[in-house]
Amino acid sequence: MKTFRIGGIHPKDNKFSAGKKIQIAELPKQVAIPLSHYIGTPSEAVVKKGDLVKVGQLIGKANGFISANVHSSVSGKVAKIDVQLDATGYKRTAVFIDVEGDEWLETIDRSPKIKRECLLSKDEIINKIKDAGIVGLGGATFPAHVKLSPPPGKKADLLIINASECEPYLTCDHQLMLEKGEEIMVGISILMKALEVNKAVIGIENNKKDAIAHLSELAKTFQGIEIVPLQSRYPQGGEKQLIDALIRRQVPSGRLPIEVGTVVQNVGTTYAAYNAVQKNKPMIERVMTVTGKNAPNPGNYLVRLGTYLSAVVEQAGGIPEGTGKIVGGGPMMGRSLMNLNVPMAKGSSGVLFIREEEAVRKPIKNCIRCTKCVSVCPMGLEPFLLMNQSERNMWTEMEANRTMDCIECGSCSYTCPSNRPLLDYIRYGKSTVGSIIRNRK
Amino acid sequence: MNLILISLLTLSVLGAALAVLIFFVAKKFYVFEDKRIDEVEAALPAANCGGCGFPGCRGFANACVKADTFDGLFCPVGGNETMQKVADILGRTAVAAAPTVAVVRCGGTCDHRPRMNEYDGVKHCFIAHNLYSGETGCSWGCLGLGDCEVSCEFDAIHVNPVTKLPEVDDDKCTSCGACVKACPKLLIELRKKGPKSRRIYVSCRNEDKGHIARKSCTVSCIACGKCEKVCPHEAITITNNLAFIHDDKCKLCRKCVEVCPTNAIVELNFPPRKVKVEEPVVEAK
Repeated sequence: MKTFRIGGIHPKDNKFSAGKKIQIAELPKQVAIPLSHYIGTPSEAVVKKGDLVKVGQLIGKANGFISANVHSSVSGKVAKIDVQLDATGYKRTAVFIDVEGDEWLETIDRSPKIKRECLLSKDEIINKIKDAGIVGLGGATFPAHVKLSPPPGKKADLLIINASECEPYLTCDHQLMLEKGEEIMVGISILMKALEVNKAVIGIENNKKDAIAHLSELAKTFQGIEIVPLQSRYPQGGEKQLIDALIRRQVPSGRLPIEVGTVVQNVGTTYAAYNAVQKNKPMIERVMTVTGKNAPNPGNYLVRLGTYLSAVVEQAGGIPEGTGKIVGGGPMMGRSLMNLNVPMAKGSSGVLFIREEEAVRKPIKNCIRCTKCVSVCPMGLEPFLLMNQSERNMWTEMEANRTMDCIECGSCSYTCPSNRPLLDYIRYGKSTVGSIIRNRK
Repeated sequence: MNLILISLLTLSVLGAALAVLIFFVAKKFYVFEDKRIDEVEAALPAANCGGCGFPGCRGFANACVKADTFDGLFCPVGGNETMQKVADILGRTAVAAAPTVAVVRCGGTCDHRPRMNEYDGVKHCFIAHNLYSGETGCSWGCLGLGDCEVSCEFDAIHVNPVTKLPEVDDDKCTSCGACVKACPKLLIELRKKGPKSRRIYVSCRNEDKGHIARKSCTVSCIACGKCEKVCPHEAITITNNLAFIHDDKCKLCRKCVEVCPTNAIVELNFPPRKVKVEEPVVEAK
């Protein structure tokens, strides 16, 4: 079975919420929709205090090329436009809406009927995706329309769909594939049309056998879509790792996948693209997983954007006893949340409860030069060396050792027998080197 | 016997020949160095802290000798005394500069700024800062992990374990600026030491709007503008919701300290104020 060739680890799956039906979360009383999601320039608010908005109405206009529109996920009155703490504790502008009823824009097609044909042209599709504010739902939340418009002179010959969901615990993509398989396949054909490619490959890890079977069955009725089962291995969901695993092409250092003729989109993004193009439904909700070893009720929830995580957690049975840490996202790349009163953003894939005994950091010991970190690094870097250089502020050397290639997957920290905080230091070095490089230009 | 003699002879001849060679090579490749550099270096404090902006004391001495004036050249550790010595060696006149000292612009102790979460990552400010806003509600304030303490070569700044805020020892601080560079929140500033070490400064860097700043910390600057109005010397300006006292204009009159509603303006080393005895009001019967 295929997998990527360099490095990687295999943490225990712990997919407790697998096979749990997607539940529609209750409408919150108030939402705070952040105007800036993780990547790109914050969008500009186009509503003001006191305005009445409907579900799907534009409230934040994209500001610049790498930026995405933001739409209201509820209907009601704009209470204020104010700052709101995000998951990292910094204050970002958000639109606060008091929910009144659930009135949708008339243009949105809410019927459950699946619409398979798409007669739109390439540009029309990209514009629709852009207007709907679709961003990559894999975690980096990079605006989808940017990826679909390759720079002049570059041409994709293959669309890769990332359905590996290599993070332990998370099951939102898995469940989406089981329940919305056909919509996803239509979404993929739409993206293929937008990119003018006639071949798409879906990479699914083989711990999701039911999803592989379901999509393979569906793929018979769609042209040019192939399902490839992959060996479970973290971080297979990284773009570069997935491309290597599926088609054995290597993206050069510091370049994008388009360099090797591919575009990678997350499976959740294709579903959102389907909704945007076929149903006129902008990006207003997403599936997220609430899980953990001691979670009373692990499950997958369809949540409106801007809902406070505390409201989602409450519906899933509250914070279980003995929780030491709550992580936003998966256990490998997620960040621990300092407070649950943060609104969910387009990139929030899950809430994970970690038990007290597992949440403690073990004491840091000396490096024993076992080079385990080197052998697991999926980018072929030397984490122990980068950490030492970051500790000593050796930025030139860090740049020469390709620290900017680090995808922050955390495999090195996971595998270190001396519990060294490799990724913490590398991430710090990476941000410093990154700003040095930006200033140079 | 013969063998010893031959070895002795060969080595002596070889040694003599090479000595002559080295003598000429040394003459040929002699590096001329201004002798004053050594003299200036000897006059410097030899702390090699880099506070002057040059790599070590020798680097500074070299720069002093090569430059024509003392523009931009000042040894913060040695101060005016050392600069006078350097000026005497080089036959120039020294420019006196007011001594400065490091000042931590955050007053958010545990009482004023309750901890909302617990950080258990690597105990370095720069790493915590890279990850998130900090343990308290104020994303501008001190993280209390002591990067400034580690950076100080003179043992002059220490994090107080009770308040979790760094405190500067005026006598030891040489204002080399190492802690200023080390602080990721940019809280430390070099300010004029002032007569008898008396200083007034805004002990806050929070640029949030007043009500938000106040919520996260009770001693934050809320940019109410009272100090700006009351200041007779126009030494206070408010930019980005934050007051700043310019130490070159401040005459240490302490009027701003009195009006500050949140006690964000701090006075240091002043004698205690005379308590005004209010005359008892005779109530009309």
